[in-house]
Amino acid sequence: MSTTTNREPVTADAVRADLLAFLEQRTKQAVDPDLDLFASGLVSSMFAMELVVHLESAFGLTIGGPDLKLDHFRTVTAMTALVLRLRETADG
Amino acid sequence: MSGERLAVLGAGVMGTAIATLAAGHGLPVTVVDVDPARLEAVEADIRGQLRLAQLMGKLPTDVTPGEVTPTDSIAAVAEADVVIESITERPELKAKVLAEVSAVVRPGALLVSNTSAIPIDELAASVTHPGRLVGIHFMNPPYLIRAVELIRGPRSTDTAMAAATALLDRLGREPVVVGDGPGFVINRILQRTINEAARIVEEGIATPEAVDAAFTGCLGHTTGPLATADLIGLDNVVDSLRVLHERTGDAGYEPCALLLRKVADGDFGRKTGQGFHRH
Repeated sequence: MSTTTNREPVTADAVRADLLAFLEQRTKQAVDPDLDLFASGLVSSMFAMELVVHLESAFGLTIGGPDLKLDHFRTVTAMTALVLRLRETADG
Repeated sequence: MSGERLAVLGAGVMGTAIATLAAGHGLPVTVVDVDPARLEAVEADIRGQLRLAQLMGKLPTDVTPGEVTPTDSIAAVAEADVVIESITERPELKAKVLAEVSAVVRPGALLVSNTSAIPIDELAASVTHPGRLVGIHFMNPPYLIRAVELIRGPRSTDTAMAAATALLDRLGREPVVVGDGPGFVINRILQRTINEAARIVEEGIATPEAVDAAFTGCLGHTTGPLATADLIGLDNVVDSLRVLHERTGDAGYEPCALLLRKVADGDFGRKTGQGFHRH
């Protein structure tokens, strides 16, 4: 179900930096990459949909099927891994 | 009769979300609305809400979503096993639409009203077979909140109640069965609370933030009454208050000036971005 359309190479550092900037802008707080965003109360679980939409537009992805799971959006590290995996699958 | 095909009347916030709940559980849904703009948006809207529900882990993972068919023709409800009315909370509009449904629906189909506050027995006066009508008051959004109020009207039959219970089971919802009357349980209490909370803000006794903080912080409610009002939609709140006021004569339900002003200004809450709070 998940696909990518943008084939520009992307690094883990770039994804992480993008997500940290996005979260800081939205929450007005600096975020640790391993912070559980939902359990910490920083954002509600409903905010996960905004993270999905942001990742899709920032990295040319469509996230669907089994990838559409809250655990994949719990930390910046987890989201970074998801983006890299989806892009790798599409490139490979 | 466990509800193989649903028809939802009204593609507003609740109608669209109820259609999402049904499609997400594999049931084909016909969505009827008279507004072409809403009909055009409804499929994409439901796709987006299905994604949200899936992300929250609230949908069965082994089910292919049911097909969604938007239409402006009420005659399309003839194919449905269950018809769920979810149009604007105006008694005269609901009466008219339910009468039209009655004329085309197949014998034995279950009729459901998602009314917030209009007594089921009053709505039953508009249908050919009053026994087949029950009330289901879905929460918003219905695919994230499992519990619903299932309202048994005085004329609702055992067969209709069994069909409604089977439908809710199929949709993974948990009914709280209650009797009939203006506002049933939730809105009889909640709408009065919202109105009183708005009056408190109007009188300058507390800000909307303070009212809600008292309920969430002191009483442990998940959301305060004014945040809840914004989620429901202040236009719907005023409509429901009028329904309650007209039927009970209780001044506690007469919509206060601040609520009326917000609605007149188009500040309906979450759906317009501004209500008691900014969204």
